[in-house]
Amino acid sequence: MALSYLRSSSSRSVNLLKPLSSSLPLRRPISTDTTPITVETSVPFTSHQCDAPSRSVETNPKELLTFFRDMALMRRMEIAADSLYKAKLIRGFCHLYDGQEAVAVGMEAAVTKKDCIITAYRDHCTFIGRGGTLLEVFAELMGRQAGCSKGKGGSMHFYKKDSNFYGGHGIVGAQVPLGCGLAFAQKYSKDETVTFALYGDGAANQGQLFEALNISALWDLPAILVCENNHYGMGTAEWRAAKSPAYYKRGDYVPGLKVDGMDALAVKQACKFAKEHALKNGPIILEMDTYRYHGHSMSDPGSTYRTRDEISGVRQERDPIERIRKLILSHDLATEKELKDIEKEVRKEVDDTITQAKESPMPEPSELFTNVYAKGLGVESFGADRKEVRATLP
Amino acid sequence: MAAIFQGVGAAATLSSSPSNSFVPKKFLTSPRRSFCVPSSVVVRSDGSVNFDLNSKSRRAQQLVANAVATKADSSAASSSSNPGHELLLFEALREGLEEEMERDPCVCVMGEDVGHYGGSYKVTKDLAKKFGDLRVLDTPIAENSFTGMGIGAAMTGLRPVVEGMNMGFLLLAFNQISNNCGMLHYTSGGQFTIPIVIRGPGGVGRQLGAEHSQRLESYFQSIPGIQMVACSTPYNAKGLMKAAIRSENPVILFEHVLLYNLKERIPDEDYICNLEEAEMVRPGEHVTILTYSRMRYHVMQAAKTLVNKGYDPEVIDIRSLKPFDLYTIGNSVKKTHRVLIVEECMRTGGIGASLTAAITENFNDYLDAPIMCLSSQDVPTPYAGTLEEWTVVQPAQIVTAVEQLCQ
Repeated sequence: MALSYLRSSSSRSVNLLKPLSSSLPLRRPISTDTTPITVETSVPFTSHQCDAPSRSVETNPKELLTFFRDMALMRRMEIAADSLYKAKLIRGFCHLYDGQEAVAVGMEAAVTKKDCIITAYRDHCTFIGRGGTLLEVFAELMGRQAGCSKGKGGSMHFYKKDSNFYGGHGIVGAQVPLGCGLAFAQKYSKDETVTFALYGDGAANQGQLFEALNISALWDLPAILVCENNHYGMGTAEWRAAKSPAYYKRGDYVPGLKVDGMDALAVKQACKFAKEHALKNGPIILEMDTYRYHGHSMSDPGSTYRTRDEISGVRQERDPIERIRKLILSHDLATEKELKDIEKEVRKEVDDTITQAKESPMPEPSELFTNVYAKGLGVESFGADRKEVRATLP
Repeated sequence: MAAIFQGVGAAATLSSSPSNSFVPKKFLTSPRRSFCVPSSVVVRSDGSVNFDLNSKSRRAQQLVANAVATKADSSAASSSSNPGHELLLFEALREGLEEEMERDPCVCVMGEDVGHYGGSYKVTKDLAKKFGDLRVLDTPIAENSFTGMGIGAAMTGLRPVVEGMNMGFLLLAFNQISNNCGMLHYTSGGQFTIPIVIRGPGGVGRQLGAEHSQRLESYFQSIPGIQMVACSTPYNAKGLMKAAIRSENPVILFEHVLLYNLKERIPDEDYICNLEEAEMVRPGEHVTILTYSRMRYHVMQAAKTLVNKGYDPEVIDIRSLKPFDLYTIGNSVKKTHRVLIVEECMRTGGIGASLTAAITENFNDYLDAPIMCLSSQDVPTPYAGTLEEWTVVQPAQIVTAVEQLCQ
C-alpha cells in the first residue's frame, strides 16, 4: 500500500522537478530501484549468549524511501493525534509512539505478514506497519464505526487479524504470555513463522514475563521478546525500577541482543537475525534502545522526570527520520525538496483522513451488546420468557 | 456444526416407582400425583436464616456425615434402549476430552501435571501417551502465564483446554481470564474469538483447608464474555466438556473435588449437553429448588426426607451459571411459586445472590413467598472435619428451609 503511494508521489515530484532542474535529465525513477546498498550501523550490537549479527546491513533505495515515508506518516499521525486529543475528540488514554518509529518500520522490513506481532498500548504505529489504514486509526481513536475495532476498543485495542497483528493490550505485561501462546500455536501448526512480543522497560519487571520466557525456552517456541526500552516506565526512570537495566541479559539462559532502536536498519538486521535464531533455537530477547518524545500518555507532560534538554538532545542527535533522511541524501537517492514533498504529501493525507474520520458516525446503541459472545452452540441472550431477543449476536 | 443431542437425556425426570430412588438421570414414564399446595405466606427473617437453621437442626437431627456422592442405582438407566457403559465422573470427563481431541486436531490440553503424571485427578490419564507431548502439555507452576498462553493460542484458532489443578490457583490468572479471555472478542470488534476451556476442581470437601477449598464461581460471574457451567453427573460432565470445547466462546467448567468418583451409566453414542440449559432433576409441584454441582446431591437427599413428609419439591440443576437458564427456571417458578436456592458459594455476592436478583426482577409477580437462599457461610473453610461440614449446606437445613417456605 505504501509503495503505490510512493510510486505516485515520486513520479509526481519527478514531473514537477523536470522543468526546473534540467541538469538531471537521465534521472532513474527512484521508487523502483532495488540495487543493493550496504550501510554500516552506527552503533554495534551487544549480545548475550549468542553471536551478534554483522553491522553491515543490506538495503536498497526503495526500502530506504519506504522507511522514510512510513516513518514520516507515523510521526505525522501521532502529532495529529496529539492535537485531536487536546481538541477533546480523542478521550481516555492516548499513548504516542513518536520517536520510536524505527522499531515499527525496521521490524516490518524483516518479517512477513504471516509472522505475528503483539504489543502493548502504544500500538498506533505498529498497527500502521502491519497494514492498517489511517482511517481505521483515526476513526477508532475517535470512537467511530469505521475504526478497526468498530469504535469499541479505543486507543489501546487495535487489532488486525488478517495481517496477524494481535493488539493492543492495556494491562502492562499481559501481552507477553499471549505472545508466547501465539508462538506455541505457530509451533503447533508447524507454520515456520515467529512471534514478536513487544513490551516496554516498565513491563520488563513483570513476573509473568519470566514465567512465559521459561515455558517458551522449555518448549522451544519461536518467540522473540522485544523490549522497547525508552528508558522511562511512565514517570520512573529505568535505573529506579530495575536493579539490572540490561534487559537483554535478563533472560539468563535465553540469548539476548541489544540494538540501537533509533536506527531502522539496525532494527531490521536484528529482527532478521532473531527470526532465524528463533526458528532454530527457541526464544531470544531483543532490547531496542529507543526514546519517546511525548510523555507516557497525553496526561503526562513528559518533562517532570526528564529535562527538556535531554529530549531535544535526542531529537537532534538520534532522531530516526533524520537519520534516514541523511542516508538518502548522502547516497543521492532523492533531493531535499523531494523528501520535503513527501512530508507535505503525508501531512495532507493525514489531514484528509482526519476529515474523513470525523464524518464517520458513532456506533449504534445496539452495538453495545454485539460481540460479547461469539455465536456458537446457541449462545443467545434471550429475555426471561425466551420470546424477546435481548441482544442480537453477530 | 455438531448436532446437539440433549433431548431426552438432559431433561431427566424421576420414574414413578414408589421407592422414590433419587437418581440423576431417568426417563419420563407416567404423570405423578400432586399434593394440595399450602396457601399461607412465609415471613422470612433475612440474613440470619442460616444460623437459625443450624441451631434447630443441631438439636433436632443428627448431621448426615456422608451426604455427598450418592451412588446411582444400577437399575436407573436400564430403561434406555441402548446399553451404554458405566463409568466414573472423571472418566467421563476424560472420555469427552479424548473424543474431542480425536475429532479436532486443534484441541490441546495445558496444565500442571496433566501429561506424564496423568493429571492430579486422573482426568487426563494416558492422554499424553496417546496424543504426544505437544498436545498434552505439562506446564511449570505459572498459572498467570500459561493461562495467558492458552488465550494467545486460542486467538489464532487453537482450542486449548487449560486445567487449573485446583480452581483456587486460577486466581493467579485472574487478569488473563478477565481482561484477555473475556474481553478480546469485544475490544477487537469481533475479529478474534477465544475458544478456550478453563476447567478445574473446586469446592469444599476432603478437608483440604481454606486455600484449596475455594469456589470461584462468584468471582468470575461478572466477567463479560465468558460462559460458566458446572457439571454434576458423569452424563452432564462429558456432555458439557464436549460442548465447551466446541463452543466458540471461552467457557469455564467448574468441577467438584468430591464428585469425581460418581458412577453412572452413560450412552455410547456421541452427545453434547447444551451449555445454557438447566437440567430438570425431579419435577414437582410445591417448591422449586435450584442448585448446582455437589449441592444437587444434598438436595436430593433432602428431597427423600421431604417426600416422606408429604412435600413435592421440584429440583432443577441449573448447570449454566452464566448465563442463567431463566426459561426453565421461570417455567418452574410459574408452576410452584416458591423458590429455594441451595448453593455451595459464599453468601455474599455468590451465584445465589445473582440468581435471587434475576428471579426477583423477572418473576416477582409469580412468587408467593420471598426467595430463600441457602449458601455456604462467609468464612474461610476450616480444616477440622466437623467445622468443614458446617460451612456448607446440609440436607437437614434444606428440609427445614422447605418446611419454612411452604408453611
